[in-house]
Amino acid sequence: MAVETTKLICITCPLGCELKVTHEGKRVLEVEGHQCKRGVEYAQQEISDPRRMIITTVRVKGGFHALVPVRSTEPVPKAKIFPILRKLREVELKAPVEMHQVVLANAEGTGIDVVTSRPLPAAN
Amino acid sequence: MLEKRCDVAVIGSGPAGLAAAIAAKEAGAQDVVIIERDVELGGILLQCVHNGFGLEIFKEDLTGPEYAYRFIERAKEVGVEALVDTFVLDLTPLREIYAINKRDGMIKLDARAVVLAMGCRERPRGALAIPGFRPAGVYTAGTAQRLVNIEGYMPGERFVILGSGDIGMIMARRLTFEGAKVERMIEILPYVSGLRRNYVQCVLDYDIPLQLRHTVTFVKGHDRVEAVVSSEVDENWQPIPGTEETIPCDTLLLSVGLIPENELSKKAGVQLDPLTGGPYVDETMQTNVPGIFAAGNVVHVYDLVDWVTQAGYLAGRHAGEYAIQRRKESGRRLRVVAGDNVHHVVPHVFDPLSLEREPQELQFRVRHPVEAPVWIKVEADGKLVKQKKERYVRPSEMIMLKLSPEDYDKIAGARELSVRVEEKE
Repeated sequence: MAVETTKLICITCPLGCELKVTHEGKRVLEVEGHQCKRGVEYAQQEISDPRRMIITTVRVKGGFHALVPVRSTEPVPKAKIFPILRKLREVELKAPVEMHQVVLANAEGTGIDVVTSRPLPAAN
Repeated sequence: MLEKRCDVAVIGSGPAGLAAAIAAKEAGAQDVVIIERDVELGGILLQCVHNGFGLEIFKEDLTGPEYAYRFIERAKEVGVEALVDTFVLDLTPLREIYAINKRDGMIKLDARAVVLAMGCRERPRGALAIPGFRPAGVYTAGTAQRLVNIEGYMPGERFVILGSGDIGMIMARRLTFEGAKVERMIEILPYVSGLRRNYVQCVLDYDIPLQLRHTVTFVKGHDRVEAVVSSEVDENWQPIPGTEETIPCDTLLLSVGLIPENELSKKAGVQLDPLTGGPYVDETMQTNVPGIFAAGNVVHVYDLVDWVTQAGYLAGRHAGEYAIQRRKESGRRLRVVAGDNVHHVVPHVFDPLSLEREPQELQFRVRHPVEAPVWIKVEADGKLVKQKKERYVRPSEMIMLKLSPEDYDKIAGARELSVRVEEKE
């Protein structure tokens, strides 16, 4: 397999280091431009299996607000983002909602849960 | 009108206000009140449902609501009093806050120190003077964010976003997640104005077409936005004729900058720096008005919420210390008066809070001699505080009586302290 160079911007923290990644297919040979070791980890993950957090909202019946924000407990494979979002669109929770309540367990077989990111009391 | 006194009043319960209230409490301030116009504490963090918060302070990647939750819980723990759904109408240079809510009606809050934590506002369409019609469908990005994330409404289906600030980029992804199409992101600068990580995970990831060195030069549509016209700009940011492109869409979002929100500050006589739009502050975050502090985006707009929190801690701690000092120096004054058969009493006025530090002595002389046992009585608004027996009293002999710290509760709420001589039967 040919050796390639890919330019990436690390998204781990607000610094946004510009990385130059030398890799052979999904195997990373060298990373340049990072300011901490998370940059190397990010480059390896991004080249082999790019992942992103799922951040959205789901409906709540009888809640203080109509929606509650939710997040994946860790980043999911990019290809799973829209399938998971479609699943979440069908969810309707019942108030009151707890902090970090599981909304979708093992989302699309990733082994990753989607949980609420705030408590939501019932409507007054 | 409900009238209250407090050590520290914080206006706004976003990250700056929450941190300020917590820090004031932790510095030893007694009554710390946080005033929030929305129905719950947390401010704009509650609509920032994305992650990326807290990496500096917690070394964790939190969403906005999770970040806010930690401070809301901490504020409850330390006993911060929250007035939500309450709108501040006025703030005077003497730190009197006039506010209004449905439960209490008008409220006057007399604060020993105030922390301004009102955050910032989005620059609106009017500030850009974009030619065209005034149809429905033009929103600031933050307003759209609130509609989508809190209230559950989609403001449109086909979007153009003007400006590549963080809120604009985050909304591009958010709207894509909700099934909308972002037709174009338009930025007048030759580079993206928000964080690079947001450019990657919000714009590149979802193939949002980004046009640099362009701006919106016309809004089409009478009742509803039908299209916007985008033009390239020259090095002086002026649109270049002949480069116009019509982009069909139903909604235009503006993400074109934030301005510190200082209408209340101005009412209190706080001087503003024309460069930042926020108050001039010293190293304690105190403004030119003594006892009025400011923290967070109300001072200048920060990149990271973690830094806003740190500014809040700094302002809150100093506001707390200011209030405590102020309470010590200028607590309420009681008049000390001479009652039956008392000629005069020294001291003439008395700060009840001084008893918290040490016992205080009253010194006085009687008018007429009594050659029989008497009670010397100290009363607060007619209620007995302390009494002492003497076998006789004579004008030539000064009498002394000490009030101790335990007496504080009996005189704290009184207006007047009196000393009188009562003959024993």
